[in-house]
Amino acid sequence: MTDSNYDEIMQLLCDRLSSLTNTNAQISPETNLISQLSIDSIKLLNLIMEVEDTFDISIPINALADVQTVRELVDLVHKIKSAS
Amino acid sequence: MNLLEKIDAAAAARKALLPNGVGAFGIPIEEVYSATEARIGDRRVLLLGTNNYLGLTFAPECIQAAHEAIDKEGTGTTGSRMANGSYFGHRALEKEFADFYQCNSSIVFTTGYQANLGTISGLVGPGDTVLIDGDSHASIYDGCILSGADIIRFKHNDVTDMEKRLRRLGDRVETTLIIAEGIYSMLGDQAPLAEIVKLKNAYGCILLLDEAHSLGVLGETGQGLVEKTGLLQEVDFITGTFSKSLCSIGGFCVSNHPQLEQLRYISHPYIFTASPSPATIASTRAALELLRKGSHLRKQLWDNCTQLYSALKEAGYVLGPDPGPVIAAVVDTPQQALLLWQQLLEHNIYVNLILPPAAPEGKSLVRCSVNAAHTEDQIRYVGDTFAKLYSVISSHS
Repeated sequence: MTDSNYDEIMQLLCDRLSSLTNTNAQISPETNLISQLSIDSIKLLNLIMEVEDTFDISIPINALADVQTVRELVDLVHKIKSAS
Repeated sequence: MNLLEKIDAAAAARKALLPNGVGAFGIPIEEVYSATEARIGDRRVLLLGTNNYLGLTFAPECIQAAHEAIDKEGTGTTGSRMANGSYFGHRALEKEFADFYQCNSSIVFTTGYQANLGTISGLVGPGDTVLIDGDSHASIYDGCILSGADIIRFKHNDVTDMEKRLRRLGDRVETTLIIAEGIYSMLGDQAPLAEIVKLKNAYGCILLLDEAHSLGVLGETGQGLVEKTGLLQEVDFITGTFSKSLCSIGGFCVSNHPQLEQLRYISHPYIFTASPSPATIASTRAALELLRKGSHLRKQLWDNCTQLYSALKEAGYVLGPDPGPVIAAVVDTPQQALLLWQQLLEHNIYVNLILPPAAPEGKSLVRCSVNAAHTEDQIRYVGDTFAKLYSVISSHS
């Protein structure tokens, strides 16, 4: 996968997170999903289903245990998409 | 923020949602008078939040069996079956469950929660996959996490979405366990079992069905959704609980697969916990017998369910798609749900309050569980009270 793909995933996730959390705050790669966006577990799981459908991949939700920031979420999606 | 400060932050969030010490969760029940009435504070309340679907909590047969078991075998087993041995009652109940489901094997667990934890974590492990409904009970999620398998969710009761996710798994379907529930605990709707079985067979997966809320409720003899749909032989593993229709505590798994027996040696939630007490097993055995011949109880239950579902629907409430023993009024905000819950309690009716993220799609629920012991007058009073409160709730944002 090229960097443009990585950027595409980053843009998509930032847009969706902004919409899900109804925040006007700037979402950056280092934004913490829990402490800064207060995204609850169900919203995050539903977002993962959307991302799976967008990129036609399977993202095991147990992999989210290591995800705290937007960048870590993008890295996870990028890694799975690259391997698919 | 240290560990204790994190807990304080969660407590503060809870207090903000439930001001003035409102005890909607874990409410103190001072006395229980019957399967339908109890005392909360100084109020004699109608119980509509108990999952006591067949109303057997005070069945004389169950109480007598429990008394006799205590007299004969004492209050507890004081250890696990692996270390301390299996009592006659444990083995007898397993035989009775196997017979009830016409299966070769059955395992009894200490709680329904552990039945899912122990079965799921025994069936799958790292490198395997579990495909679960998005509205699955916490015991299913926790069992999956304990297993170390990859967890993929499909949209609630959406078989098209389920197939899409099965297709994406490719060769991994061979080591995939699909999990669904007979009746879902939040909205009371039923799994589309025929379509799920069709996909399970097409993709060559294993299917586990949790009949926790449907045992005793669905089917001629109360087996659950498998009996209602005639698909008993198509489901690989069935789990369930004793704490609803059977009015005690514990859980089970039944299967025709001989591999189920091996779970006794690999499943930590089975091995590393004390086995059910003699009184628990005895009352469960008596209740299972009543459940099997309880078609009159099921008829009364379903009459009550239909009466309350119709009353709430007519009053304008948004409900789950199917009438059933779980009837949840869906409201937009936690504040509306809390107000409705409080007002119902003011009218001496106890129901369950479900707030996000436990409720689906960010909504909040005021959840009733109907039972066979409720009288027509009691159900009418509950329906009338909900109707009276509808305008109050609708105008409250």
